[in-house]
Amino acid sequence: MTADTLPTTAPFTGLLPAQLRQVLSDRPAPGSTISLGRLPDGEELLRLYRMMVVGRAVEDAATAMAKQGLMAVYPAARGQEACQIGAAAALRRSDWLFPTYRDSIAVISRGADPADVLGGPLGRRHLGYDPYEQRTAPLCTPLATHAPHAVGFAHAARHHGDGTIALVLLGEGATSEGDFHAACTFAAAHQAPVVFLVQNNGYAISTPAHLQSAAPSFAHKGIGYGIPAERVDGNDVLAVLMTTRAAVERARAGAGPALVEAVTYRIGPHTNSDDSTRYRTAAEADPWKQKDPLDRYAAYLHDHGLLTPATTQDAACTAEAEVRKLRLHAQETFVPDPAEITAHVYTQPPGHLLAQTARLALEEDSDG
Amino acid sequence: MASLAGALNQALRDAMADDGRVITFGLDVGTNGGVFRVTDGLAATFGPKRCFDTPLSESGIVGCAVGMAMNGLLPVVEIQFDAFAYPAFEQITSHVAKMRNRTSGRVTLPLVIRIPYGGGIGAVEHHSDSSEAYYTHTPGLTVATPSTVADAYSLLREAIDHPDPVIFLEPKRLYWHKDDTPLPRRTGPFGQAAIRRPGRTATLIAYGPTVNVALQAAAQGTAAGWDLEVIDLRTLVPLDEHTLTGSIHRTGRAVVVHEAPGFGGYGAELAARLTEACFYHLQAPIGRVTGLDAPYPPPLLEEYHLPNVNRVLHAVHSLLQYA
Repeated sequence: MTADTLPTTAPFTGLLPAQLRQVLSDRPAPGSTISLGRLPDGEELLRLYRMMVVGRAVEDAATAMAKQGLMAVYPAARGQEACQIGAAAALRRSDWLFPTYRDSIAVISRGADPADVLGGPLGRRHLGYDPYEQRTAPLCTPLATHAPHAVGFAHAARHHGDGTIALVLLGEGATSEGDFHAACTFAAAHQAPVVFLVQNNGYAISTPAHLQSAAPSFAHKGIGYGIPAERVDGNDVLAVLMTTRAAVERARAGAGPALVEAVTYRIGPHTNSDDSTRYRTAAEADPWKQKDPLDRYAAYLHDHGLLTPATTQDAACTAEAEVRKLRLHAQETFVPDPAEITAHVYTQPPGHLLAQTARLALEEDSDG
Repeated sequence: MASLAGALNQALRDAMADDGRVITFGLDVGTNGGVFRVTDGLAATFGPKRCFDTPLSESGIVGCAVGMAMNGLLPVVEIQFDAFAYPAFEQITSHVAKMRNRTSGRVTLPLVIRIPYGGGIGAVEHHSDSSEAYYTHTPGLTVATPSTVADAYSLLREAIDHPDPVIFLEPKRLYWHKDDTPLPRRTGPFGQAAIRRPGRTATLIAYGPTVNVALQAAAQGTAAGWDLEVIDLRTLVPLDEHTLTGSIHRTGRAVVVHEAPGFGGYGAELAARLTEACFYHLQAPIGRVTGLDAPYPPPLLEEYHLPNVNRVLHAVHSLLQYA
């Protein structure tokens, strides 16, 4: 797509999505105003860069750790850093994020400790971070089931009148699930201040996107629900950020839900247990490697004189420190406490669970 | 004279008046007041922010309630009929039940899912299931089911006050059952069974729609010289094992009566637990009178499926043969 075919209209003005929105290809100046709104200034742009560098480093480290047996599994999002970090950056601190299991780095970019976010794969607890502290729902595994939660949360926010927005991350495969339909239907009927961000990374494990839907795009799915939608280049972090931010602020202003399809590519396999050579060729992935979101963003920053040895070094050091912390955490001796299994099932556990917990404690005592 | 449906309505009304965070929604619960009229007049009194209709999607209703409960509201949702809760099953089992556990206690979900259940109203298929075992089998859920007007009011208030999610099963054949209980009235807390009729010959354990069946059986049993105790569980989770074991210590015999199929049912859990707890006090195995292990039948056949007085008395008679 060349620059002169890019949509120049404001987003979400009609139900039909515009052509793929891009920003980086135009090389707009930091702080300048484009059709999607006013671009961030240099400082925010560099913060975004640092989070992407950290995100990439955590991705690569987690994949390696899963292969080394330090994690049960890791569903990598290499190549999707722009989608995840761009989308999360569109939120205010007071807004809420509803992520899936593949969105670890989106959560990390909101300030959560990687070791807490990866608590599930590390095998010690289902979730390490405090959802209320991070304003982030638990990473959700059953596909699309968190989408109604985001809608309900947003509905409650409107009930309270506190201006909070919920952003829910989904994959293109999840748009086939009933709960995606339920969530979109509710969101539109009740005009909940929620934004759906569909990361179309080409595959649901091995199933290609074209087998999920015959719709012209995943953004088109918004039409039937009455939800305005846009398609963006998911490897263009500014396109994702600016479009999602427009959707978020539009919802905050009372204009209801919106949907963003971010077109990207899952560079790696589904997880470290998956072998993607069984269902796709290296030739298919190669062009996407040329569209690497980090490289493209770095080139943009370089063009505007923002990428200096100092800023590059700063990002690399932050990333290295995060990865070191994560590895140290994974290597710490874990002393399991079996009582944790039953500790948080109920606020006031029923008698049968208390009895089991007591028996468990006796076992522990006799073993110890 | 209040009906059970009226008591539920009053419980909702009082809870909504007492606490602005309580909201109620579902299919046809707004202007129409619910197909069983349990939410009658609530939209008019509290406005559409507090009582409203939703799109026709049970998974959406429960899923949205999860998000609302995470964000400071106390949702009480209505599922129109038992079998229509199944589209919400994933939300209930994967999220409602597990949220507290998977967040190490950081996120609790104070919400109530009201489900009219059971048969005996001459309904067509998919409108008469007794689905309690799905919920009692799921750790994290609390399951309540009233059988009296007073308990309908009190248990629903208790459910709304409860910090964890409650599956509230309403025996639909008792909706129009009336008595002269003055409301509002609070009965016992969750986890406390009620001895509806004391007796010494055997213990009939029932809940929801079968409590009256058990009481009728006990009344008829007097003709045979039997003095049957009837226990109404009130909540299935938590279970009041103390009252049950105390009763069996006195009677030595017990029959569980429920409408749901017996195989893998809640009665099997009761029989196993009580056998473990009361083995030396039992003079006979614990009996079960349940619905057949078949899908709920068409309305003109339902009387053959449902536990009835004769089947309960027959079960008691069988237990007495062990003496």
